[in-house]
Amino acid sequence: MLKNICKYRYLLKEIVRKNIKLQYRNSILGVFWTFLQPLLTTLVLVLVFSRIFGKDSSAVLNYPVYLLCGRLIYEFYTQSTKRAMRSIVQSASVIKKVYIPKYIYPLSNVISTFTTFLISLSVLVVFIAYFQLFSDSPVNLTGYAFLAFVPIIILFLLCVGVGLILSVLEVFFKDVEYLYDVFCMLIFYFTPIFYNVKQLKLDNTLVLRTMMANPLYSIVSMFRSCVLFGEMWNWSWFWYSLAFSVICIITGSVVFWRYQDKFILHI
Amino acid sequence: MDNNLAPAVKVDNVSVLFNLNKEKIDNLKEYFIKLVTRKLHYNEFWALQDVSFEVMPGERIGILGFNGAGKSTLLKVVAGVLKPTKGSVHVDGVIAPLLELGAGFDMNYSGRENIFLYGATMGYSRKFIETKYDEILSFCELEEFIDVPVKNYSSGMRARLGFAIATAVEPEILILDEVLSVGDAKFRKKSEAKIQSMFDKGVTVLFVSHNTDQVRALCNTAILLEKGRVTASGTAAEVCAIYDEKVNKKR
Repeated sequence: MLKNICKYRYLLKEIVRKNIKLQYRNSILGVFWTFLQPLLTTLVLVLVFSRIFGKDSSAVLNYPVYLLCGRLIYEFYTQSTKRAMRSIVQSASVIKKVYIPKYIYPLSNVISTFTTFLISLSVLVVFIAYFQLFSDSPVNLTGYAFLAFVPIIILFLLCVGVGLILSVLEVFFKDVEYLYDVFCMLIFYFTPIFYNVKQLKLDNTLVLRTMMANPLYSIVSMFRSCVLFGEMWNWSWFWYSLAFSVICIITGSVVFWRYQDKFILHI
Repeated sequence: MDNNLAPAVKVDNVSVLFNLNKEKIDNLKEYFIKLVTRKLHYNEFWALQDVSFEVMPGERIGILGFNGAGKSTLLKVVAGVLKPTKGSVHVDGVIAPLLELGAGFDMNYSGRENIFLYGATMGYSRKFIETKYDEILSFCELEEFIDVPVKNYSSGMRARLGFAIATAVEPEILILDEVLSVGDAKFRKKSEAKIQSMFDKGVTVLFVSHNTDQVRALCNTAILLEKGRVTASGTAAEVCAIYDEKVNKKR
């Protein structure tokens, strides 16, 4: 088992490299899109939610930074899990002919998306720097910003776990792809990306609890505590999202190992 | 042959069961309807039954059989692509499956990038492939096109590149399906010479064919597969004689 991982680590590296290289090939701006895409979509969201709809969104301090934090995390989550989901089916031609440990496919897709996500985080740095220098209400930047890697690691684990589960489901039921698209849209509105939960003034605790059951809620909140509010996160967020991610990874691995030998009969 | 050596390939009582559903169910709605109405039945089909044989290092074994006898299934099991339902397969050494040249290629990737990708698919590091890079390039004669995406290659060029990579890494076990008809006559001669030189170095070969003349020429031993069972095994000459006899009877 360990020997196997060792032998195929080159393959993992090569596939990650390939995914990143091919993503922006043939586009004129190339890898520059990693920055441009979150920048532009955030501008659209800022425009929509702080100008056109409810002006009270600007009650959130540094709204563009607030929004970008949520959007970057959401985008990484959906991109990586969607890619991992399709990875096995897409590699059918290789899997049918050469022996390869199959977990490499979902894993490499999450890793390659993770790499571009890390690159795109520099947009956040630029945003924060801008607010520090030119705005009356600078971001409360403290040493806690260095702890931002913790929610990012938890997020990565979550994506690997969910990706493994989805890739297995996709092999047996193609419907999952469409269902998951709808599910991702649901998550977009159920995660405080462009709004603040306090601002919703929810009286119904059931709704509030449903929202908080979403691990992305905890991860986004932790991330914002670190980089935007400059304070320690709420530890219940940490434990909840960590436990959720670990359970996802364990479930994903068990399901994957159990069904991987049947993949070839279905792809 | 040295009897103390461990076999390079050991196939032990391997059986493979296929569930052939009449229609492939790949969406949830159908699955649940069939599950509830209990129409989820399968036609079971044993593609291989209790197949056992050993191949010693340096031995060249021919696998004979009619269409549908389970030859490709057997090769897939040996290559590790398909897990046997029962029994076990033990392989000692690096396998180069020459059945599907270029199976690990990515069409949007250039030839150069694909060399490293394909090498990694077989479990080799970038560093190792770099040492073999010039050899691969001069063998496949694709220097001019090496930075062109593989999707723009002709099928012959793709096969040449695949063959060059698969043989450059000097695998210990070679799986050959039918005759290698890679590229034009010139390249075919070159590839035959390459395979011959690998034979001389003592590579273990699993060779699948319908052609008994080739099996006689290439292999020392052979097995005959019929409906998923091994019905004969022995030296290449013996098994080929049995096979030829069966072919004549069928006529």
